[in-house]
Amino acid sequence: MSGLARIPWSWGFVLAMALLPLVFPDPYVLAVLTSAGIFIVGAISLNLLLGYTGQLSLGHVAFFGLGAYASALVSLGFDVGLGFGVRVTMGPQPVWLGFVAAIVVAGGFGWLLGRLAFKVRGAFFVILTVCFAQVLRMVALNWIELTQGPMALIGIPAFSLWLPGQGVVALTSKAQNYWLVLAVAVLAFLLVRQVVNSRMGRAFVALRSNEALARSVGIRVTHYLVVATVLSAGIAGAAGSLFAHYTRIIDPDVFLFIYTVTMVIMVITGGKGSLWGPVVGGLVFGLVPDLLRGRAAPEAQWVLYGVAMILFVMFLPRGIVPAVAGLWERRR
Amino acid sequence: MLRLEGVRAGYGRIEALAGVTMEVRPGELVSLIGANGAGKSTTLKTISGLLQPSAGVLTWDGEPIGGLAPREILARGIAHCPEGRRVFPQLSVRENLEMGALLRRDRAGINADIEAMYGRFPRLRERMGQAAGTLSGGEQQMLAIARALMSRPRLVMFDEPSLGLAPALVDAVFEIVRDIRAAGTTVLMVEQNAMAALRLCDRAYLMETGHVVREGTGAELLASADVRDAYLGGGV
Repeated sequence: MSGLARIPWSWGFVLAMALLPLVFPDPYVLAVLTSAGIFIVGAISLNLLLGYTGQLSLGHVAFFGLGAYASALVSLGFDVGLGFGVRVTMGPQPVWLGFVAAIVVAGGFGWLLGRLAFKVRGAFFVILTVCFAQVLRMVALNWIELTQGPMALIGIPAFSLWLPGQGVVALTSKAQNYWLVLAVAVLAFLLVRQVVNSRMGRAFVALRSNEALARSVGIRVTHYLVVATVLSAGIAGAAGSLFAHYTRIIDPDVFLFIYTVTMVIMVITGGKGSLWGPVVGGLVFGLVPDLLRGRAAPEAQWVLYGVAMILFVMFLPRGIVPAVAGLWERRR
Repeated sequence: MLRLEGVRAGYGRIEALAGVTMEVRPGELVSLIGANGAGKSTTLKTISGLLQPSAGVLTWDGEPIGGLAPREILARGIAHCPEGRRVFPQLSVRENLEMGALLRRDRAGINADIEAMYGRFPRLRERMGQAAGTLSGGEQQMLAIARALMSRPRLVMFDEPSLGLAPALVDAVFEIVRDIRAAGTTVLMVEQNAMAALRLCDRAYLMETGHVVREGTGAELLASADVRDAYLGGGV
């Protein structure tokens, strides 16, 4: 695997990103980078599944949306009837608890989906994940008592943090949200790196390349796939939570298929199965739409996406990061 | 040691083993020969747990093992080198060897065994940090054999160990198989090259369409007229 992640320039990159709001405090740029960052966290989580275990989850947005709703509902509080005279009521909770709930709920559904879906692989798994996301979107649309359906959940509180000397501060400025997303992205990156470089990560790579051989050396393939899905879903849930408390309003469109497609494109163009792939792909595909804004109509942008995707698959099938790393190796 | 009695198994509704009965005794080198599609590889997969038997009895040291997961069968001392791609191409040579010892917890023993494998296959030591996919076909086969031995099996099963190798390497592989048996490990081998397999083995089973149709010592099968006609004649 690429050893790029161990080179200290990666910390230089993080430092540069962290200093950006001080050097260049343009709220528009920060807003674009913040949304891109949220999707990069999603792409990092998808890469664990798609890049390392080789399973294409086309319903990845389900975990993102679950995280967004779980986090929003916990922080807003809810009062919902489950039938049979059972009511579940919870008052508004601190946002950090919502963040934890997002990870737990998304991870829990990841476990459930993994247990159900990995009885089948390949195309069947892809179809199951697509259906899973669609079902959740239907639930979000129609369970109005809980989700407000298409009327959206509004007034979601912003993230708040305890800062020394200032007490609990709501992160409402662009720069504060930017730093929060950056911090979560760094944590997600480090977590995935830790997993990938462990015994478990080698098992992922092994089962991706040859499942029969992996089983014959004693790898519990289904077990590992479920673990990968739980981790991946949990991180995607964290991204959803960031999204909910950043935009402060969510509706069932957080389950839109196009968000899954965005994450898949980020992973594939950046380089699936490389740690930096989703970061680079996420920066490219997070920033390009905004560079094109005002110059090309949204429909034309989607066509350009499609063309770019095809070009990447044809000319850089392994993605940007592995291609650049390959060039680098040859130069030395 | 290993017994199969009336074992049936298949892929979906296609039955590939229609009641196979055979045994492997301690210290033996047993060959399975037969035409393509006779059920040789399926037999190995069923023994190692990659396929579940639909009927029949599989016993190992008298204990029934039919239907156990591959991991549990490996833990009981049966290693399987499946057909097809033999190594994990993206993992390094050393990581491939470590994969073979996945179920072991004795770190010192694992390291000692890796050293022993490097001693036996010096090419692997030279390439230990390299991705296994960059090795030549012969080197990959050596790595696959070494990996199978890393679990310290009592029975090791090879599926077509000579397939796709240059003639000089084929001899080297058979030499290694002979050494493994001489070192006390029991071997069950599927081999397309029936002539070589029969010369090498103690006993052999000839399979046809999911059945064992003949058994005997290697010499007996080599001498038998129908085996010669069907599998060894015609320039094979």
